[in-house]
Amino acid sequence: MSEASAHVQHHAPPTSFIRKHVFSLDHKVIGKQYYALALVAVFIGMVLSWLMRIHLVWPNAPIPGLSLLSRAGAPGGVMTPEYYLSLLTMHGTLMVFFVLTNAPFAAFGNYFLPIQIGAEDMAFPRFNMMSFWTTFLAFCILVTAFFVPDGPPISGWTAYAPLSAVGSDAGPGEGLGQTLWGLSIFVFCIASLLGSLNFIATTLDLRTKGMTLSRMPICTWAWFITSSIALLAFAVLMPACLLLILDRIAGTSFFIPAGLVISDRLQPHSGGSPLLWQHLFWFFGHPEVYVAILPAMGIVSHIMINSMRRPLLSYKVIIYCMMAIGFLSYMVWGHHMFVSGMNPFSALVFSFPTLMITIPATIMTLIWLGSLYGSRLRITAASLFCLGFLSMFVSGGVSGFFLAQPSIDIYLHATYFVVGHFHMVMGVAAIFGVFAGTYFWFPKMTGRMMNESLGKLHFWLTFIGTYCIFMPFHYLGLAGNVRRYSAFVDDFLVPLIPVHRFITFAALFTGAVQLIFIYNLISSRFRGAPAPANPWECTSLEWTMPSPPPFDNFAGKHPVVYHDPYQYGIKSSTGDYLMQDSPEQPGTAPA
Amino acid sequence: MGKLFAVVLTLIALLSAVPIITHHWFGSNISFAPPEDISTHGHAIDEQLSDTMVEAGLSFLAAQILLAFFVWKFADRKPDAEIKTFPGGAKVMVMAALLLVGTEILALGVFGQKAWANVYFRPAAPDALPVEAQAGQFAFYFRYPGGDGKFGPAHPDKIDEGNSNFFGLDPANDVESRDDIVTGELAVPVDREIHLLMHSKDVGHSFYVRELRIQQDFVPGLDLSLHFTATKVGKYEIVCTQLCGLGHYNMKAYLNVLSQADFDSWLKQKASEQ
Repeated sequence: MSEASAHVQHHAPPTSFIRKHVFSLDHKVIGKQYYALALVAVFIGMVLSWLMRIHLVWPNAPIPGLSLLSRAGAPGGVMTPEYYLSLLTMHGTLMVFFVLTNAPFAAFGNYFLPIQIGAEDMAFPRFNMMSFWTTFLAFCILVTAFFVPDGPPISGWTAYAPLSAVGSDAGPGEGLGQTLWGLSIFVFCIASLLGSLNFIATTLDLRTKGMTLSRMPICTWAWFITSSIALLAFAVLMPACLLLILDRIAGTSFFIPAGLVISDRLQPHSGGSPLLWQHLFWFFGHPEVYVAILPAMGIVSHIMINSMRRPLLSYKVIIYCMMAIGFLSYMVWGHHMFVSGMNPFSALVFSFPTLMITIPATIMTLIWLGSLYGSRLRITAASLFCLGFLSMFVSGGVSGFFLAQPSIDIYLHATYFVVGHFHMVMGVAAIFGVFAGTYFWFPKMTGRMMNESLGKLHFWLTFIGTYCIFMPFHYLGLAGNVRRYSAFVDDFLVPLIPVHRFITFAALFTGAVQLIFIYNLISSRFRGAPAPANPWECTSLEWTMPSPPPFDNFAGKHPVVYHDPYQYGIKSSTGDYLMQDSPEQPGTAPA
Repeated sequence: MGKLFAVVLTLIALLSAVPIITHHWFGSNISFAPPEDISTHGHAIDEQLSDTMVEAGLSFLAAQILLAFFVWKFADRKPDAEIKTFPGGAKVMVMAALLLVGTEILALGVFGQKAWANVYFRPAAPDALPVEAQAGQFAFYFRYPGGDGKFGPAHPDKIDEGNSNFFGLDPANDVESRDDIVTGELAVPVDREIHLLMHSKDVGHSFYVRELRIQQDFVPGLDLSLHFTATKVGKYEIVCTQLCGLGHYNMKAYLNVLSQADFDSWLKQKASEQ
């Protein structure tokens, strides 16, 4: 009795607004906070990409309102070359860190990982709250860079030293702006480490009775594997950022060699190595790609199975493939550095595991495709985005085949081919996973259904639009179109400008289409039809509870799990599926 | 709606392939083909590129069209339609991926090594013409050793762009510097191997000549070298491909491939201008 009352007391929901909605310990609120932060970041990032695209094709046209953002960066509304690079840096940083890491991993992972394994909350709720607010702090520090006198940094999201390390001699934005960038990423790393540890501990320790590892939904696995990758990756980026900051403000020379003359000034540094930064950065940077894409793979698998009304051809193979990808992701960072001046022999060493990653990726693709065969695919906004993910993953994946080979990379390195490749596979594919997850889980998260027709319209326009943006990037790359140029003045680049104009139109269009999504999100939140507990006839534990879930998820009880997560295409009392917590045994005959 | 998806996806896949196959932007004269190769090593890279294009292109089309086909066939079926499993199941998929992709990787990896080795594993010939390239925000400068065949030492503290001392030479004290020839364009004799000694004055830069199939970063503090032989007389653009600051987009120079006779007179003229 006393035990029971203690139990209840522990789980009493907070009553004050601050504890409920701001500094909440509830993993569901924290998940939504991550989602909201990602939404703000993706909106800023998208507007930045619009401004860049407009500047690229109309370099001398004033952009209304831009001078309000930065008078020095856009005198009379016309963007300067350095401000273009500032926007490029901020776009990449916001998208990679605050969108692609936050949305598929931290947002959905926080909300659904504990529920899917039958836990009341994360293992360390206070850590969890801290990781969100630390991420928020990192975001604020980064955005502050817009408002410092010199403007945001211009060294790209990769912040290659010594450009990023020597201070304002290297150009505008390389003063305080670059220091804020380093600090922001440093803080972000702390948040990610806390979050990853929490995910790992939660998955290993808080699984409910019957929830063996092999009964976890694939998305739970994906978040678990991702947190293991993130733990090691951010642990390397964090000290690297610290060293960069020290080079900038404390006069150290980790990344700066002797004898550099910048702005006619001999730099007072010696003994550092620019390649060291590249190694540290990409040792994080490549696994980071999988931090973005693995959760999307998991989410897509989970939703695809639900929409196909059948399990995948193999659950285990998918899990093993994700593990293999995670493991290999640590052996390939040098493929970003084939022409960097590192020992040319090491290029071959890095090339081989890079090509090897194609094998688990192809196995996964074939399993997704093969599972569609003979299924009863239900077309919803969520499943359309899953299909879009598969298509984008293939498109972005095959171009990786080129870049993994050092000899071809000599020609294609630093061209728009690379831009097309990573936007498709890491950007669009991962974002499609987030869209799919949103349409799928929104009813559970808010208790309201989203508008399906608007969702489908959003899919069609986004799907076609993103292909129009990112496919032509590959063609431009084949023509040798160099990236990170604020204007195309070279003789061989000028003839390509009409293609850039087409891309700009496509980007403006596709960006505008996202307003449909935002509208749907907001209007459904308040006016959507009430969501039943299990609108998609899904099997995993989050669908056993009301929508939205109560504060302590399972109302103080511990669910018992009897099945693997994908009992579909069977005969049961509920229809063609069985909930994980249903003690009923499935009929053997297919429905 | 599954059928609509199948049609749209097939159209996207086929349309995506058009510019790759025709090398042009839908009926216009905008060309995407890599420019004609003017190097002795580039053909191996080009072959590797086109082999990969065939394999990746076919994989792309096959996967997209298979996806479209399955969605066409199996979307929106009746609720009581029979659920079937792909013949052979996951095993077939794993085997197919291992065999198809495995052999592809092996083939591309092995042949790709050759193309890479052509560029990087062979040292420059002893009689190659040495030229020093220096990259700085936001220009390239080139230095020829002059009659003595030796480059004078560079002193970073003596760099003075206002007085055109881009390399920080000190001819008053260094005998070897006195006949060095500094230029803003890279003129080279045709069919003669060039040994390019690469030095960065300030931050990271890169040396990219599409026609030469060469791209190599300049790394501050690390003097690298590369070698190439240009086989066709003409003027080609050298551009920087490593983000180096606000003038990055405009950092360029020309590679001027000349006949031996023209090169000799060019060099003589430049020497007299020093």
